[in-house]
Amino acid sequence: MELFDNLMMGFSVAFTPENLLYALLGCILGTLIGVLPGIGPVPTIAMLLPITYVLPPVAGLIMLAGIYYGAQYGGSTTAILVALPGETSAVVTVLDGHQMARNGRAGAALAIAALGSFFAGCVATLLLAAFAPPLAEVAFKFGPAEYFSLMCLGLVGAVVLASGSLPKAIAMIILGLLLGMVGTDVNSGVARFDFGVPELQDGIDFAIVAMGVFGFAEIMTNLEQKENRVDITDKIGTLYPNKQEFKEAAPAVLRGTALGSALGILPGGGAVLSSFASYTLEKKISKNPQRFGKGHPAGLAGPESANNAAAQTSFIPLLTLGIPGNAVMALMVGAMTIHNIQPGPQVMTSHPELFWGLIASMWIGNLMLVVLNLPLIGLWVKLLKVPYRILFPAILVFCTIGVYSLNYNPFDIFTTAMFGIIGYVWSKLKCEGAPLLLGLVLGPMMEENFRRALLLSRGDFSTFVTRPLSATLLAVAVFLVILVALPAIRKKREETFVEED
Amino acid sequence: MQLRNRQDFWSGVMFIALGLGFAWQASSYQMGTAARMGPGYFPFWLGIVLALLGAIVLLGSLSKKAHETHVDKFDWRIVFLVVGSVVLYGVILKLLGVYISVFVLVVVSSLASHEFNLKVAVANGIFLVVFTYLAFIKGLGLIFPLWPSFLGMN
Repeated sequence: MELFDNLMMGFSVAFTPENLLYALLGCILGTLIGVLPGIGPVPTIAMLLPITYVLPPVAGLIMLAGIYYGAQYGGSTTAILVALPGETSAVVTVLDGHQMARNGRAGAALAIAALGSFFAGCVATLLLAAFAPPLAEVAFKFGPAEYFSLMCLGLVGAVVLASGSLPKAIAMIILGLLLGMVGTDVNSGVARFDFGVPELQDGIDFAIVAMGVFGFAEIMTNLEQKENRVDITDKIGTLYPNKQEFKEAAPAVLRGTALGSALGILPGGGAVLSSFASYTLEKKISKNPQRFGKGHPAGLAGPESANNAAAQTSFIPLLTLGIPGNAVMALMVGAMTIHNIQPGPQVMTSHPELFWGLIASMWIGNLMLVVLNLPLIGLWVKLLKVPYRILFPAILVFCTIGVYSLNYNPFDIFTTAMFGIIGYVWSKLKCEGAPLLLGLVLGPMMEENFRRALLLSRGDFSTFVTRPLSATLLAVAVFLVILVALPAIRKKREETFVEED
Repeated sequence: MQLRNRQDFWSGVMFIALGLGFAWQASSYQMGTAARMGPGYFPFWLGIVLALLGAIVLLGSLSKKAHETHVDKFDWRIVFLVVGSVVLYGVILKLLGVYISVFVLVVVSSLASHEFNLKVAVANGIFLVVFTYLAFIKGLGLIFPLWPSFLGMN
């Protein structure tokens, strides 16, 4: 029972008072930003990233992970009560969740969402614990060519499954890779793209880019939309779902969990896609699909479980292969590198307490969220009434303090401001920031492996297709692109994402 | 030829310009060969690929089948106030210390909201200064210049 021993070790790490406190702090913070529309986990984690430097690595990662899955919970609260998705992954929750609230079943809807998410979180955490070690074994067989191909697959996966125009998303990835080139080249020591600015020789910190493109730009776009205030459902009603609702929700939770766990593992899959997929599935197999969109418990329970399961299993590629599957995971890479931990298969052997402690803390965090959220719903509702004019200066303060504490240099504040303007322009041109962030994180790693692979093959490019593992990974990537480019599927994909805008 | 998808058109132009810019700059570094790559090799080809993708996006925006989109108007007042207050914060931080700078940042950036109210902004500013002190200076022990440098209190 090696798994059992490892999990016990993880729990012993996670149950220290300090780590419990940081898990709780992360969960509360995550719920908070999830509840508030207009501020998501990416800018929050970017904001707190420099601050985790003063914490021990395990505590820092536990807190950041707590923010990530706390945001999933919080997002559904807003979606159900106000019909405003606090998070993109909660878009589907609005459809049936808010209808249930309107039918006077808000309490039951919140309980179903929380319990469904908790169940999904438990299962996904177990999956993570069971599947990560064997996957890491495979990863040890990887050479530079395989790593390069894997990163290609990860990046392609991220854009294919995201919304919006495909060539634009790929262009944003490449732009991200190029921004990752800024700074001193590790092989030759040449400072690239620094334009004579000494601060640029260390490269551009992606916390800066994330805060500028996601934080500042989002503030500006939010300010443009002159407040469209919505009525908040104050009447919550009983928190207990009745028998009928329970019977309809339970199987949906099971299916949602399975679907979410599977899609979360895929690089780039993530929470948004799995909630859409789960909703479609529930509607397809339901005996009375006409009830969907009018407050069907299955239409709420399925996607909610799916997105939470996916949020947990998306840690698998990060912890086993060192490849971030989405923008939040990219920031987790940053959190690890701040503490000199190279994410990848070796984490499990070199830092077992970190690996298993993180997994155990996820389970604890999920439990905390259920315990926390159900009684505190009244408080979150009040919080929703905080006007944006008070909120956004606070976000600016946290961003600037976070950025400054990276290097204690005002130059970083100016760079962030510049990326804020760039991000604003991109939001007007509908160029997405998330692929850029992934590219930025992977850029240096990708170049390193590309160079090494070609050095080993003496400049022979066929090395990427003659090595079977590498060839398979590349083939899957190409297959994904072709799949999405096919007219029939493209139409379907556009339909799926139409609701998101 | 008609410009239908303006968002994509300008994105394409931007990608081409940035791609060529990066490639041009990269070509001033040593290129090396595929087996022994210099620092310019990888970024040069990435820049070229970016420019090509930009061309695809641009041509797609000109096709007859393209969706019609417009680029929304830029609200320069908001950009100026939000970004300006942040830049101002960066400039005065070392000079006036973190407390005054945070207060200035909050009040100036609040102007960007269409429902600006001086009392609310000042109260919010005071609250956030206190919060900064408790959470960041006391709690996390971050090292900031606290008071104006000419007072010699730091």
